[in-house]
Amino acid sequence: MANVVLRNVRKTYAGGFEAIKGINFEVGDGQFCVLVGPSGCGKSTLLRMVAGLETVTSGEIDIGGRIVNAIEPADRDIAMVFQNYALYPHMSVYNNMAYGLRNRGMPKPEIESRVQDAARILELGAMLDRKPRQLSGGQRQRVAMGRAIVRQPKVFLFDEPLSNLDAKLRIAMRVEIRKLQRRLNTTSIYVTHDQLEAMTLADILVVMNGGQVEQIGNPLDIYQKPATTFVASFIGAPPMNLLPLRSDEIKSQLEGSAAANEAGLLGIRPEDLVISSDSAAGGIALDLTVEAIERVGAETFIYGSRRHEAQGVAANPGELPPGEVIVRIPGAIAPAIGERIRAVAPREKLHLFSVDGRKRIEL
Amino acid sequence: MEKSAFFNGKLLPYLLLVPQLTITFVFFYWPASQAVRQSFLREDAFGLSSEFIGLENYQALFAQPEYYKAMLTTLVFSTLVAALSLSIALLFATQADKNLKAAPAYKLFMIWPYAVAPAVAGVLWFFMFHPTLGTLARPLRWMGFDWNPLLNGNHALILVVMAAVWKQISYNFLFFLAGLQSIPKSVIEAGAIDGAGPMRRFWTIVFPLLSPTTFFLLVVNVVYVFFDTFGIIDAVTGGGPAGATTTMVYKVYADGRLGGDLGSSAAQSVVLMAIVIALTAIQFRYVERKVQY
Amino acid sequence: MVEHRPWNDIIAYAILTFGVFIVAFPVYLAMIASTHDAVTVIGGNMPLLPGGHTLENYYRAIFVGGSHASREPVGHLLLNSFISATGIAVGKIFISILSAYAVVYFRFPFRKAAFWIIFVTLMLPVEVRIYPTYKVVSDLHMLDTYAGLILPLIASATGTLLFRQFFMTVPDELLEASRIDGAGPFRFFWDTLLPLSVTTIAALFVIQFIYGWNQYLWPLLITTQDSMQTIVTGIKKMLTTTDELAEWQLAMATAVLAMLPPVAVVVFMQRLFVRGLVETEK
Repeated sequence: MANVVLRNVRKTYAGGFEAIKGINFEVGDGQFCVLVGPSGCGKSTLLRMVAGLETVTSGEIDIGGRIVNAIEPADRDIAMVFQNYALYPHMSVYNNMAYGLRNRGMPKPEIESRVQDAARILELGAMLDRKPRQLSGGQRQRVAMGRAIVRQPKVFLFDEPLSNLDAKLRIAMRVEIRKLQRRLNTTSIYVTHDQLEAMTLADILVVMNGGQVEQIGNPLDIYQKPATTFVASFIGAPPMNLLPLRSDEIKSQLEGSAAANEAGLLGIRPEDLVISSDSAAGGIALDLTVEAIERVGAETFIYGSRRHEAQGVAANPGELPPGEVIVRIPGAIAPAIGERIRAVAPREKLHLFSVDGRKRIEL
Repeated sequence: MEKSAFFNGKLLPYLLLVPQLTITFVFFYWPASQAVRQSFLREDAFGLSSEFIGLENYQALFAQPEYYKAMLTTLVFSTLVAALSLSIALLFATQADKNLKAAPAYKLFMIWPYAVAPAVAGVLWFFMFHPTLGTLARPLRWMGFDWNPLLNGNHALILVVMAAVWKQISYNFLFFLAGLQSIPKSVIEAGAIDGAGPMRRFWTIVFPLLSPTTFFLLVVNVVYVFFDTFGIIDAVTGGGPAGATTTMVYKVYADGRLGGDLGSSAAQSVVLMAIVIALTAIQFRYVERKVQY
Repeated sequence: MVEHRPWNDIIAYAILTFGVFIVAFPVYLAMIASTHDAVTVIGGNMPLLPGGHTLENYYRAIFVGGSHASREPVGHLLLNSFISATGIAVGKIFISILSAYAVVYFRFPFRKAAFWIIFVTLMLPVEVRIYPTYKVVSDLHMLDTYAGLILPLIASATGTLLFRQFFMTVPDELLEASRIDGAGPFRFFWDTLLPLSVTTIAALFVIQFIYGWNQYLWPLLITTQDSMQTIVTGIKKMLTTTDELAEWQLAMATAVLAMLPPVAVVVFMQRLFVRGLVETEK
C-alpha cells in the first residue's frame, strides 16, 4: 500500500516541446485518482512517467515514500493496464498472468495460487489455457486486469483501459473496475478522456489541459464549482452554457453585485435552467428562440439561440458556439421549433468567470 | 518509422550487430572495394606485382568492340525477357483473378517454376531444343527450318530468352495476381456501372491501378536478367556461339576466369555496379511516390 | 468480373490450361528422358511416354555417377546442396534477426550508420564482385569448404529488412508490458519477440533455402574438387563432354532430382513461400 506524490513534474521532449508543465498532486493510499482531459493534454504521458516508461525531465515522482525517477518500471512495484491490453499473443491466459511473477523468481505454488485467485475474481477460470486471440474484447480486458492484480503491486496504472470496448460493456467493466479496486484497496491512477468515466470512478479527479492541471478535487466539487471555463465545459454533458457578460441585458439582471462587474463570463448548467414566464428574482432570465429539440426519453434538450450574441467562435473544445444555449428539461414535453421561450436560473446556480475564463469568481 | 519504446543498451546492440557486420565487411565491402581498386591497376601474369594505371583499364574496355556487343546483347536480352515475361504473366494473372473454382490449383501450377534453378531451367530448354535430339527441334527441322542454336547466334539468343522467360513467368504472375487482388472490387463495379466493358475496364481502370506493381516488376526483371540468368546462359550456350549470348555479367566472368584479365574484369564489375545502383535508385524514388494509390 | 458470361470462364480456363502446359512441358520432358536408356534419348526420336529404365537411371545417377571416371555420384552432390542451402538459410536468419533487433529496439550511437551499411548490400549481388570475393575466400583458405559456399552468400540485407519490417508491426506496448513484467533485452527477445517471429522466420527460411539451393555461379567458382560441387553445378559438368557422349538420360535424372527439393518446398509450403517472396520485396 502506498501513496503517490508528484512534485513539480515536467517533461520536455528533445525537440523542445513541453508536454508536462510542472504538475503537483498527491494520491492518498488506496485512493482512486482519475486523470481526465482532451487528447494531447499530457495525461497519458504523465501516467507513463509514473510507470517509468517515459523519463522525467525535472521534478520528483514519489511512490510510497521512495523517489522512483531513476528506477526501472519493473522495480517500481506498479502494474499497468494498457489501452490495447498488450497481451502476449503467443502465451496462454495463464502464462500472460504468470509471466511477470516468473521473471521475479516467485516459487511455482505461489504463482499458481495467485493466478487461480485472480482468475476466480475475474471469472477467467475456464479460459486459462486459451490464447488471447480466442477471447472476446471484454475477456481480453479482464486478462489485462488479471495480469495487473496477480502482481499485488502498490499502485495500479490504467491507460484508457475501456476505450476499445463497446458502450454497453464499457459501463459494465467500469463498475467492475471500481468494485475490484475497493476490494483490493490498491492505490490507482486511471487515465481517460471520457468525463462520465472520470466522474463515476474517481475519488480524486485531476482535470488536465495543455500539459497543466486545471483543477484537482472531489468529482462533485469540481462539477459544482468548476475553477475555469475549460473545466466547466469539459466536465458535464451537455456542457455548461457560457454567456459573455458584456451585454447589458444580462448584466442588468445581476445589478448590485460587485462580482458581476469584475466577471466577464456567466456559466449556467443546462439542467439548472427552467422554462418559466416569471423573471427569477435575483437570478437570471434568458429569452430564447427554439432552434432544435433532442428527445432522449427521460429528458429533452432544447437548443435555443440568442441571435444578437451569435458572434465569434468557441474558445475551448466542447464549448457551445456563442449565442447558443442548451436547456435540459425532464420528460418529453417541449416547446415547438421557432417558438420564443424564457429560461430562468436561480442566483445560487450561476457561475461567474473572469474574461479569459481562467478564474472563477464567487457571486 | 521509429519505435518509441526501446532499450538503452550500451554494449549489447553492438554485439548483436557484430555477426552481420563482420560478414558484410569481409565478403561485401572488402571485395567491392578491391574491385574498384583493381580496376585502376595492372597485375602481372602471376599476380606478384601491380602498378597503378589510372583509367587505362576503362579506356581499353570501352575501346573493345566486344564490350559494346555485350552491352547490346544485354539490352536486347533484358528488353525481350522483361517484355515477354511481363505480358505473358499479366495475361495469366488476369485469367486467374477471375472467380474460377480451380483458380487456387492453377495458381500453384503457375508458381512452382520459381523453385527451378536457372541453370536447370537452361538445361531443360537446351534438351528440348537440342539440334539433334531435341523433341521440339525435330518439328522445326521437319518444317524446313534450319534450327541450330549451337551454331547460329540468333537461335542461341532466342533459346536463352525462352528459358529465361519461362523461369520468370512464375514470379511476375505471383506479383501481378497479388496486385490484381488488391484492387477493390467496388472500383471495378463502379466502372461497370459507368458503362465500361471488360476490355475497357482493364485498360482504363485495372492497368493504371496496377502500374506500381508493373514498374516494380520491370526493375526486378531487368536486375534478374542481368544476374540470375548467368546460370541459364552458362548451361545453354556458354556465352556463344561467337559471343552471341555473352551478356555483361557473363563477360565479367569469362574475361576474369578464362582470359585471366582481372583488371578489365574489375573495370566491368565497377560499370555493372554503377548500373545496378542507378536502377535501384530509380526504384526507390518510384516506390516513395507510389503512395499516390 | 462483373458480367456473368459462361464463355468468359471457358476462355479463362483455356488460357490457364495452355499456361500450365507451357510451364510443365519442359519438366515433363525431362522426367520422360530420365526413364529411357541412352540410345533412345540420343536417337532424337524419344517417345513422349515413360520408358522402362527409371530405376536403373536414378540408381546410377545417385549412387554410381556417370561413366566418366571423375564424375561424382549425385547422392553426394545432393548432400552438399542440402548442407549449403540450409547453411545459407539458417545463417542469414541468424545474423539478420540479431541485427534487426539491435537496429529496431535499441538506441545507440551509429545506429543509422549500421543500418545503412547493411542496407547498401541490398543493391549488389555477388555476381558483380565475384573475383575479389573469390580472392578473399581463397586467402581465408575456404575454397572447397562449406563455409566458403555459405558465408559470402549470407552477406545481404534482405533478411534484416524483412525482420525490421516485422518488428515495426509489433505493438510498442508489448515491450512496455514486458518491461513492467521485469523482462530485460534477452528475456524480451527470447520470450516474446522470437515466438512472434516464427512465421516470418519460416517464410524467410523457405525463400533463402530455394535461393541457396539454386546458386550456380558461386559454387562453380569456388569448388575445384568434384566432391564439393552442388547438384545444380553438377548437371552442367555432366554435359560438358562432346554431345554424343553426354549421358542425357542421367543428366535429366539429375535435373529432376535437383528440382525436387525446392519445388517440394514451394508446393507444400505455398503460403509461407508466397508470404516470404512478397515480403522480402517489401
